[in-house]
Amino acid sequence: MSGIILKDLDVWFGQGANRVDAVKNANFAVPLGESFGLVGESGSGKSTILRAITGLAETWSGTIIIDGKTLGHKRDSEFYKTVQMVFQDPYASLHPRHTVDQVLSETLSLHGFDDIENRIDKLLLDVGLGPSFRFRYPHQLSGGQRQRVAIARALAPEPRILLLDEPTSALDVSVQAEILNLLTDLRAQRGLTFLMVSHDLSVVSHMCSRMAVMQNGYIVEILSVEDMRGQNASHPYTRHLLASSLGFTSSEAAQ
Amino acid sequence: MSQTDLAAPTQGTGWRAWLLSDTPTSRRHAKVASLYQSWLQFRGNPMAMFGLMILVALVLIAAFASFISPYDPFVQELGNRLQPPGAEGHILGTDSLGRDLLSRIIYGSRITLYIVTLVAIIAPLIGLFVGTVAGYAGGFLDVVLMRITDIFLAFPRLVLALAFVAALGAGIENAVLAISLTAWPPYARIARAETLTIRNSDYIHAVRLQGAGALRIITKHIWPLCISSLIIRVTLDMAGIILAAAGLGFLGLGAQPPSPEWGAMVSDGRKFILDHWWVATIPGLAIFIVSLAFNLLGDGLRDVLDPKESGE
Repeated sequence: MSGIILKDLDVWFGQGANRVDAVKNANFAVPLGESFGLVGESGSGKSTILRAITGLAETWSGTIIIDGKTLGHKRDSEFYKTVQMVFQDPYASLHPRHTVDQVLSETLSLHGFDDIENRIDKLLLDVGLGPSFRFRYPHQLSGGQRQRVAIARALAPEPRILLLDEPTSALDVSVQAEILNLLTDLRAQRGLTFLMVSHDLSVVSHMCSRMAVMQNGYIVEILSVEDMRGQNASHPYTRHLLASSLGFTSSEAAQ
Repeated sequence: MSQTDLAAPTQGTGWRAWLLSDTPTSRRHAKVASLYQSWLQFRGNPMAMFGLMILVALVLIAAFASFISPYDPFVQELGNRLQPPGAEGHILGTDSLGRDLLSRIIYGSRITLYIVTLVAIIAPLIGLFVGTVAGYAGGFLDVVLMRITDIFLAFPRLVLALAFVAALGAGIENAVLAISLTAWPPYARIARAETLTIRNSDYIHAVRLQGAGALRIITKHIWPLCISSLIIRVTLDMAGIILAAAGLGFLGLGAQPPSPEWGAMVSDGRKFILDHWWVATIPGLAIFIVSLAFNLLGDGLRDVLDPKESGE
């Protein structure tokens, strides 16, 4: 059973002469339980695909099927219970005047949960924050702690599919590893499906089993992580990405 | 930065440590602690504290006017008219009808506070509502609401207030209404500008992904962020509002005699300004001091609520 299916997805911004086609003719399918990566350079349309799925980008055409349901342009609350998203920058994704408690209790009440008190404590424990963090404001938290709160918020409706928009790119390296391990653990515990955007091939190869490589709005290649590790890319752009991620020391290996 | 500096020497003592705790234990604790830290920051600004003290004194004077004032502000004593400041029994002198100026200033503080409070509630609320709805909704609604705002902005404030008062009739309530109706457009513009920067931020996207509707997003997520810049702007505008009320009083369209409204008192004293300067000067000084206090308070609040704008 497929979790996410995209067929002929086009996403654009603006109209007429100002129209920018951010994603062109994207096709891929992610089975439930899989972790799928989207890689490419800045502006290649990776994040735009996530925004089209969540409804934040409203101008799109094609077919998006989530968990067997074809999406229209309006999303219902059932959709938000199935799909949640973690944003790139934890410094921008938490309301500056809301405590962790407010963020989580509002999310839970919007999804119609009762027993909010216990659920908040449990969510905080699940993402590795103790109850002492519950009444803090975002400015009293570090970047990694903020991202944990953002992950707790995304997990609150108990979604089956999590969209991750470069969840570690705003964090420093040691914290990146913690957050990635947390995400890996949560996925194993809850059987989540990940669709993860990153420009960092090592992150994607750590987290995902397959990935799509994007360039200028097109998906140029879909390959497995084994193929990537074995340098079995067929498209020249993918080979170029692999070569540049290997750096100077082993550049001959990319030949 | 300054919060941690201030926190350092006060660690250890009971309720202060509780207020400055980095790990609040309940919803109320978090709110109180955050308020207390803002207060500490505000207290560090002597000019703002000076402004606040004047305003607290004004509120106390207005509250206890009947106990403090030496005379009834309306009782005329024609034999004792136009006494200079320092005259026996009348510290600030008397006006053209022999009424004690000090008592009239004290009772006038009630009217000033009444005007200021009502305008400060009505105008920013209209502005906040119009601005955030226009900014968040965008499109056609934005165009309509902002053009209406532009029309109100295009009129000179006092002239529009004059027209309103002329239509509604003279009096203090109508003056408040007229000032409020002319004061809201700048607040609408500020609220709209703030909303435009907030509406595309990730934390608004995040709450939209929880299925929150526009009403909840505007009232619970956008308003709390707009309110601090509106409070600053309102406090800084307060001087202008007092002056506009005094101006309407001066022109005879605000408070009516024998009401001890400060603007009307200046107007009364105008006839004698060359020979009996104090009759107009003393209410003028009162207006000046209160306006100054609001400006100082506004500056201090800006440092606390909006560190970006204060240029630090």
